[in-house]
Amino acid sequence: MSVTTDILTVDRLRAYYQMNYFGIEREVRAVEDVTMRVKANEVYGIAGESSSGKTSLIKVLAAAIRPPLRVLEGSVTYRFNGNPLDITRAAEEEIEAVRWRHLSYIMQGSMSVLNPVRRIGRIFEDFAFRPMGLKRDAFRAAVEAHLARLHLEPGVMNSYPHELSGGMRQRVTIALATVCRPEFIIADEPTTALDVVVQKDVLAMIREVQQALGSSVVFVTHDMAVHASIADRLAIVYAGRIVEEAPTRTIFTAARHPYTRHLVASLPRIGDTSPKPSLEGRPPSLAEPPPGCRFHPRCPIAIERCRKEVPILEEWPGEHRVACFRAHEAIPAGEILHLKRGSLQ
Amino acid sequence: MTRPPLLDLRDVTKTFSMGGMLSRRHVGAVNGVSFALSAEKPEIFTIIGESGSGKTTLARMILGNEVPTSGEVLFEGENIAERRGAARLAFMARVQPIFQNPFEAFNPLKRVDRYLASTARRFLGARSRAETETPMDEALRKVGLSLKEVSGRFPHELSGGQLQRVAVARALISKPRVIVADEPVSMVDASLRMAIVNLFRRLRDELGVTIIYITHDLATAYYISDRLIIMQKGYVVEMGPARPILDAPRHPYSQLLKRSVLSFDESGAGQIKPSGRDEVDLTAESLIAGRLEPAEDGRFVRLSKPILEPRQTAGAL
Ligand SMILES: Nc1ncnc2c1ncn2[C@@H]1O[C@H](COP(=O)(O)OP(=O)(O)OP(=O)(O)O)[C@@H](O)[C@H]1O
Ligand SMILES: Nc1ncnc2c1ncn2[C@@H]1O[C@H](COP(=O)(O)OP(=O)(O)OP(=O)(O)O)[C@@H](O)[C@H]1O
Ligand SMILES: [Mg+2]
Ligand SMILES: [Mg+2]
Repeated sequence: MSVTTDILTVDRLRAYYQMNYFGIEREVRAVEDVTMRVKANEVYGIAGESSSGKTSLIKVLAAAIRPPLRVLEGSVTYRFNGNPLDITRAAEEEIEAVRWRHLSYIMQGSMSVLNPVRRIGRIFEDFAFRPMGLKRDAFRAAVEAHLARLHLEPGVMNSYPHELSGGMRQRVTIALATVCRPEFIIADEPTTALDVVVQKDVLAMIREVQQALGSSVVFVTHDMAVHASIADRLAIVYAGRIVEEAPTRTIFTAARHPYTRHLVASLPRIGDTSPKPSLEGRPPSLAEPPPGCRFHPRCPIAIERCRKEVPILEEWPGEHRVACFRAHEAIPAGEILHLKRGSLQ
Repeated sequence: MTRPPLLDLRDVTKTFSMGGMLSRRHVGAVNGVSFALSAEKPEIFTIIGESGSGKTTLARMILGNEVPTSGEVLFEGENIAERRGAARLAFMARVQPIFQNPFEAFNPLKRVDRYLASTARRFLGARSRAETETPMDEALRKVGLSLKEVSGRFPHELSGGQLQRVAVARALISKPRVIVADEPVSMVDASLRMAIVNLFRRLRDELGVTIIYITHDLATAYYISDRLIIMQKGYVVEMGPARPILDAPRHPYSQLLKRSVLSFDESGAGQIKPSGRDEVDLTAESLIAGRLEPAEDGRFVRLSKPILEPRQTAGAL
């Protein structure tokens, strides 16, 4: 139907952590039946509460699958230059060939992965010098100009990682991942350590790099304000499943899933000192997820069916998908927000 | 009246030198910061500011992990740089840190429950299993976790949010007087964020713990802080009661900060605009030339020109 091409196609992906502790098998079902598409020239946001499985999902998307994380089912297919590559089945060399050049991945907490005994300038040379194919002086100038956009002075090139603040290191990793202008950027909480001024400029830079080349960005964060300002489409993850996906504006103004509606309604705003309704109960354990709809134990409008059956992610008009048996009913906001105070308060 | 302040920072400065022999550079990470926290009235004292403005360095000096280049940090009237041995351990039990990035704070090869147990043994002198595990579980429950959930887990097996809650729990074990929390909520979602800051409030109100809360999140800063300072390039640019400052910031940097808070209302427009930082006068020269001047509502603002006739000095705050 749509003319834009899908760069990434994820089908029925299931990925679990499978561990054996002193003979006891443990399984954490972090990614459950995920189907999604990422188009060329869009920012696809993934939102969800802490430990809902966002990082686990994008580790798979970024081909950073290490034991105990295992893909049990499904496929993750990229189409760079029209050639399909299913990274769940590809050989390590095939993945290496696309990394950095086509696909770059900013890991959560990645400021701690910078090599501690190498100066920042050397780290840039290691990763970006060859792909950029510039002469040494031009390369250095290009990197410095890129750093300046992130409000980093040229002097950081001579610094070691530990000589920089947390937010400066975070910006260095963002700069590393974007300086080669890859076609596909996967970023996990890339701006959590930044003040709002710098954050805004970093987001604007990512958006600009993305638009200049028509690249795709998968952007993971729990911060809904960041999604509001950068994502074109947004997927809401709850306990390892996508429960709703829609254009960003739809998520903020016309969400159908009770979890999304609650999430949007309880956003904190500066100047607001009223206590926010927090969801009753705790996030479910992914080691023993609830049967049926994983949200049902905390859902204010759950019915008997929700306890037994898993709702599928159903197509709605306007690029909208929702996984809720009651999505068709007109349920007033009051009923969804009328929650007891959460157990954590 | 006669009790010295709990914590007293007097004109604290930290300069780092970096680079090789030829390219040696000096970074003024913290420049002449002074404030005092009362021993009688526990409070939530918030530090916000630009990335790289010296917040973590200031926190490290308060914790005694970094020695000021000049100026001094007094805890209950004593210079913390002079504490050694048992006195140092006692100080560490009373002033506990929570660090910025939990992925860095935890040793990746050490199970998180072991980490908590070593804190319990070190500061509480716990010996038996029960003596160690009871305070661990209590502390974990205060942050919405339990010992059962984290037992046997390595840091990489927990999500960022879970790990940060473990870090808060660890800080609570020694029942400290002061908690220095460096961006404790940046890794967690809005609802957990509220849960953690509400926990801070309860620690202040019920246990009399003073919290130094470093954050980039103006919404929670507004929600829980008694007083705050706003930092830029190592300087305090504005300081005083939290809500009046956040409602109507006076310093150009504070104003820029407030303006740059992302709004939900433009959702989906995908039209993120740069902050316009370059148009605001944020040069080091303007900071060096400025002085913290008192304003009528009890705040201090770093300006080149005084707002009022100086009646008080910043040290009296
Ligand atoms: N290496 C691992 N081994 C076992 N379990 C893991 C591992 N990594 C993560 N988990 C578990 O998988 C679940 C999902 O974690 P994940 O890191 O994907 O969450 P997240 O949504 O990214 O959370 P956050 O917002 O806090 O970063 C959590 O319960 C976590 O404890
Ligand atoms: N060990 C060190 N050696 C040299 N310079 C350092 C060192 N630690 C910090 N700095 C410098 O001091 C300045 C302040 O850093 P600091 O970590 O205190 O900032 P911050 O306000 O905590 O920033 P962020 O919000 O990004 O965490 C930065 O310019 C940093 O590069
Ligand atoms: Mg994560
Ligand atoms: Mg810091």
